[in-house]
Amino acid sequence: MNAISDALIITKRQLQQLIRVPEVLIFNTIQPVMFVLLFRYVFGGLGAGIPGGYVQLLMPGIFVQTVTFTLAATAQGLAQDMEKGLIDRFRSLPIARSAVVMGRTLGDGLLNIVVLIVMGLAGYAVGWRPTSGPLHIFAGFLMLLFFGYALSWAGVFGGLFSKDARVVGNISFLFTFPLTFLSNAFAQTTSMPKPLQYFAEWNPVSTMVAATRQLFGFHNKFGVTAHSYPSEHPVTTSLVYMVVIMAVFMPLSVRRYKNRQ
Amino acid sequence: MKSVVAENLVKTYSKGSVRALDGLSLDVEEGTVLGVLGPNGSGKTTTVRILATLLKPDSGHAIVGGIDVIKNPKAVREIIGLSGQYAAVDETLTGWENLVMFGRLYHLSADQARVRARELLEQFSLTDAAKRPIKTFSGGMRRRLDLAASLIIRPKVLFLDEPTTGLDPRGRMDMWGVIEGLVKEGVTLLLTTQYLDEADQLSDDIAVIDRGTVIARGTSDHLKDKVGGERLEIVVSEKDITAARQIIDRVSGSTSTVDAGLRKISAPVTSGSAALVGVIREFDAQGLHALDVALKRPSLDDVFMSLTGHAAEEEKLEEAKAKKRGARK
Repeated sequence: MNAISDALIITKRQLQQLIRVPEVLIFNTIQPVMFVLLFRYVFGGLGAGIPGGYVQLLMPGIFVQTVTFTLAATAQGLAQDMEKGLIDRFRSLPIARSAVVMGRTLGDGLLNIVVLIVMGLAGYAVGWRPTSGPLHIFAGFLMLLFFGYALSWAGVFGGLFSKDARVVGNISFLFTFPLTFLSNAFAQTTSMPKPLQYFAEWNPVSTMVAATRQLFGFHNKFGVTAHSYPSEHPVTTSLVYMVVIMAVFMPLSVRRYKNRQ
Repeated sequence: MKSVVAENLVKTYSKGSVRALDGLSLDVEEGTVLGVLGPNGSGKTTTVRILATLLKPDSGHAIVGGIDVIKNPKAVREIIGLSGQYAAVDETLTGWENLVMFGRLYHLSADQARVRARELLEQFSLTDAAKRPIKTFSGGMRRRLDLAASLIIRPKVLFLDEPTTGLDPRGRMDMWGVIEGLVKEGVTLLLTTQYLDEADQLSDDIAVIDRGTVIARGTSDHLKDKVGGERLEIVVSEKDITAARQIIDRVSGSTSTVDAGLRKISAPVTSGSAALVGVIREFDAQGLHALDVALKRPSLDDVFMSLTGHAAEEEKLEEAKAKKRGARK
């Protein structure tokens, strides 16, 4: 019980930071909105023949990409706290060993709510129109939040190994950028070389994009793995991925935090 | 009663190639101040980190406030306060927000946390700055706020790791005043420092540590006595250094040290003025000329030099540490 209330105090601290430094929130939302606009109008022509146009395929892709970057944000935030000695101070307090990392992931998760709302509105403004019902749309956003949260734990684990916050940020991007582009987020996997299709279609980013496309009312086309489980059940597959990511990184992260030298 | 006991602490890094602590033992009597004095890389911070439950030693054991640090770290965290070399507070938040947050993390109620924050801000003369982000604080103010954060629960044992390193002289004096105030209230304090005057000023007892082990222990006076009576200090011209040193070593019967920059040779002497006269006479006989001659009472600096006296070793350990940091990246 204390572990949760302690974690919420850490989360509150992150929200207070956003009030003190609103630039963080502003840039966190400007960047994905910029992506929406760029992709919508630069690659908009790619969507010939897609009902509703490219933007219908694009938006889920950009949503997933944005929440995937949570990994980097969490890693960097934690690394900064370590650099400042704040993590050592927290570790000298009589609080649960999970509280600080849990609080951090919750804070980054809450930030994603704001970012997703702003992006959704931006998407709507440029022609994105989900065709499913409100419940499905809500479920889609819930999955996006949960996916970001799960990856946030991978970010915690990476961040706890950091000796330099800037390096951690760069490394996380080096890891998440290919992951979001070697996927169906911005282009159908069917146009990729065959061997790449295998990777791209089993990529959790792709199953997430496929799942949200489905929940927003659009069909997603897979290539070589069209008849595989991830292709036919992207929602379930994505949920399994999230559970696995958290089952691996939550205990590892707490252990790493506890045994930090 | 002993509030802090550390016995034979060993901590190695880089798979044993760097021994940060090499069988370190110390203790602090309840209600007293122990100053842990040592150069950079001597193991001061490692000692504090182990006692404050942040780090597990490879071997040895430690007890703080009657509780085993290794077996029951959580209970130790309930009774200690820790303030480190840099202010470990959230720089984007205000002083007030920081103290309330830490109060809440010590499981005070929201009201209690606010009351305590107000008290501490007043006690540390930070009330006016309370609503400003820490970023805008001076170094001394940051350090005071950091210290305040470590006092929220009125800890039984307080650890201060180099509390004035990096502060300007005024900040240091302020910090000393604050620490002296705490000591008067009866807190048990373990303080590390590389400044002799600081150890002299603030501690009841001093433990000099070097290369991960305590090499001397006692009050400031006791340590000064240990070095012997007085020191002979003689300045000569560059070309005379070697010859002069031989004479000084022979007359004083000890090994002198040389400050090459100042061309100053100094050696502990037991016979005081007799040694002085002896050296001058020999100088005369060999045609050497002393530019300056002095017989000095020992300072804690001399204690430090005569006990540790190997600056090169200190650098080696630092280098190894830097390597370790590089390897971990």
